Amino acid sequence: MLTAIFVMVGLALALGVVLGYAALKFKVEGDPLVAKIDAILPQTQCGQCGYPGCKPYATAIASGEADINQCPPGGDAGVHALADLLGKEYKPLNAEHGQPKPKSVAVIDETLCIGCTLCIQACPVDAILGAAKHMHTVIASECTGCELCVAPCPVDCIDMVPIPEKVDNWKWRYPVIQLKQVA
Amino acid sequence: MISKLFKFHGGVHPPEHKLESTTTPIRPVALPKRLVLPLRQHMGNLPKVQVDIGEQVLKGQLLAAAEGMISAAVHAPTSGTIVAIDEQPIPHASGLPDVCITLEVDGEDRWIEHGPLDYRSLGKTEVIERLRQAGVVGLGGATFPSHVKLREDARHPVRTLILNGAECEPFITCDDMLMRERAAEIVQGIEIMQYLLGAERCIVGIEDNKPQAAQAMRAACAESAIPIEVAAVPTLYPGGGAKQLIKVLTGREVPSGKLPTEIGVQCFNVATAYTVHRFIHHGEPVISRIVTVTGNVAQPGNFEAPLGMAISELVQSAGGAGAGTQSFIMGGPMMGFALPFPQAPLVKATNCIIVASANMFPPPPPAMPCIRCTRCADACPADLQPQELYWFAKSDNFDKARDYHLFDCIECGCCSYVCPSRIPLVQYYRYAKSEIIALDRAKQAADLARERNELRLARIEREKQERAAKHAQKAAGAKAEAAGDDAKKAAIAAAMERAKAQKAEVAPQNTDNLAPAVQAEITEIDARRGEAAETQEKQGS
Repeated sequence: MLTAIFVMVGLALALGVVLGYAALKFKVEGDPLVAKIDAILPQTQCGQCGYPGCKPYATAIASGEADINQCPPGGDAGVHALADLLGKEYKPLNAEHGQPKPKSVAVIDETLCIGCTLCIQACPVDAILGAAKHMHTVIASECTGCELCVAPCPVDCIDMVPIPEKVDNWKWRYPVIQLKQVA
Repeated sequence: MISKLFKFHGGVHPPEHKLESTTTPIRPVALPKRLVLPLRQHMGNLPKVQVDIGEQVLKGQLLAAAEGMISAAVHAPTSGTIVAIDEQPIPHASGLPDVCITLEVDGEDRWIEHGPLDYRSLGKTEVIERLRQAGVVGLGGATFPSHVKLREDARHPVRTLILNGAECEPFITCDDMLMRERAAEIVQGIEIMQYLLGAERCIVGIEDNKPQAAQAMRAACAESAIPIEVAAVPTLYPGGGAKQLIKVLTGREVPSGKLPTEIGVQCFNVATAYTVHRFIHHGEPVISRIVTVTGNVAQPGNFEAPLGMAISELVQSAGGAGAGTQSFIMGGPMMGFALPFPQAPLVKATNCIIVASANMFPPPPPAMPCIRCTRCADACPADLQPQELYWFAKSDNFDKARDYHLFDCIECGCCSYVCPSRIPLVQYYRYAKSEIIALDRAKQAADLARERNELRLARIEREKQERAAKHAQKAAGAKAEAAGDDAKKAAIAAAMERAKAQKAEVAPQNTDNLAPAVQAEITEIDARRGEAAETQEKQGS
């Protein structure tokens, strides 16, 4: 009887030490769920979801504060991925937050730009290059197409231009199977 | 001699149709009036244009220089004037235009100064660099820049150099004719490659349906200073796929997602060896190639045509497209594609043009549902499960498709060929592959955007803290001053007090210290004023 109790207590102590050590040693910094949700979000940083960026939206989803259908750039595929990850029911995109659009990049009309730097301050990914009273330009490869620079421009010189289909980003189409012709 | 050959899994044996185009020797073509040279003739970065519109160029002059490691240069195939640098139709399945240099031919065909290179004294890195600027790419169809494959790699030394003369796809005979007619030159190219790679063994693999080519190559190899084996491999499509040929010749399989160099093998097309020889021993960059023109034409055969020549014009050299021509297929019937524009130019990848008529390639019957017969799996040379990949691709289940090694698919078309339901399987794989590539690119862009956003937020936070620190410093400074100020304040207060007193003293009131007579007069006047006010008040009421 006593031996059994000692054995159990001894085991409990030993395992407790192991668990305690593991908790310290393999401590996970931050919320892994937020990181997983953030990995699904398109990182446009456009704020259409009502949060000031993708990370805050991911945090809000993780805490149950926001719904999974508030991200138009992520599209339907994004909602499906979030539903799969969180074990929630899929729901169509909430139209209040906007409609998905083809991926675009901002283009500054350099003849009109007055060099006010307002767009530079608005860009969430520092994709606009320029200085006060000097012409600005968009680094197209870094632009996420969030449209946040369009509104602050006092001379309306920023356009959102959809990315054209070129040989290097062209995709094979889904095969269309011919149906049997019936006279 | 190679003692033992191995077998790869699957494969099919479609009708060969090679005899039609091998009855005549390789023919030259008349110089066209105009050449259109796409910058994108190889895998990798677009080269950088080195000429201006209106510039006179000589044959072999550099038009666009290789940009970065995986890139290849483009040269002028003949002398003439650059008339345009703009987007033109290119031979690509998409039908989209791309940047091309247009050369108006002057007909003089004047060469730029060129000569042989002493490659043994130049040093290997220098030879590799020269090959990069000579536009040498794999002419088997993938057009991967050859200099990248010819670099010596200390981690993966190449022991076996394989020269691919299998040419397994039906209709195509350009390598066959090249080996028959120019075997000695190919062998000289192999010697250069062997020297650059330091390979111990060189094997030329030729399918056994090309006995004349094998004969010519054996004779040429016997003359060579280095031992080169010529192996006749069984005719089985796709025996000319790099991984399949390596398996047949060495018995070793290239692991999934790895390069042949990792098992000590490197594989080149025989035509690539020929271009290496032409550049090293004659100083000629890649400006022309041998093309098979066959199918519905009067005189099918092989042509040595300058790059940039319109394909429709090239077909004219073979007697022109016959009646009932429906399309022009670039490449073979298994892996090629119908050209969206027949006037698109000839490029380094163009090994064959099939002028297709409805009798030769009747429209495929409508696809039927998959009956799970797994004939495709039996035919797949990459040992995949094509039926599973088809289901995944069809339902956009891309993660699963990737897990089932979709990217090991070489798009050879064996599965579609044997499918009793006539399902266009390869089209599904191409669709799924390009979707996955696009998704991967989007993911990379998202990761970059996340990183940049985080850096920006960190920067804003840092600036805020710096500003706050500055303010705090200022406030602290002000307080310290304020403590020392008490004395100052007291001094100011005292001074103000003094000023007040002084003011009180200095400013005398003119009613003070009056003489008694004046005082009495004032009192009297005041009394009168009071009475007057009273009477006025009474009258008013």
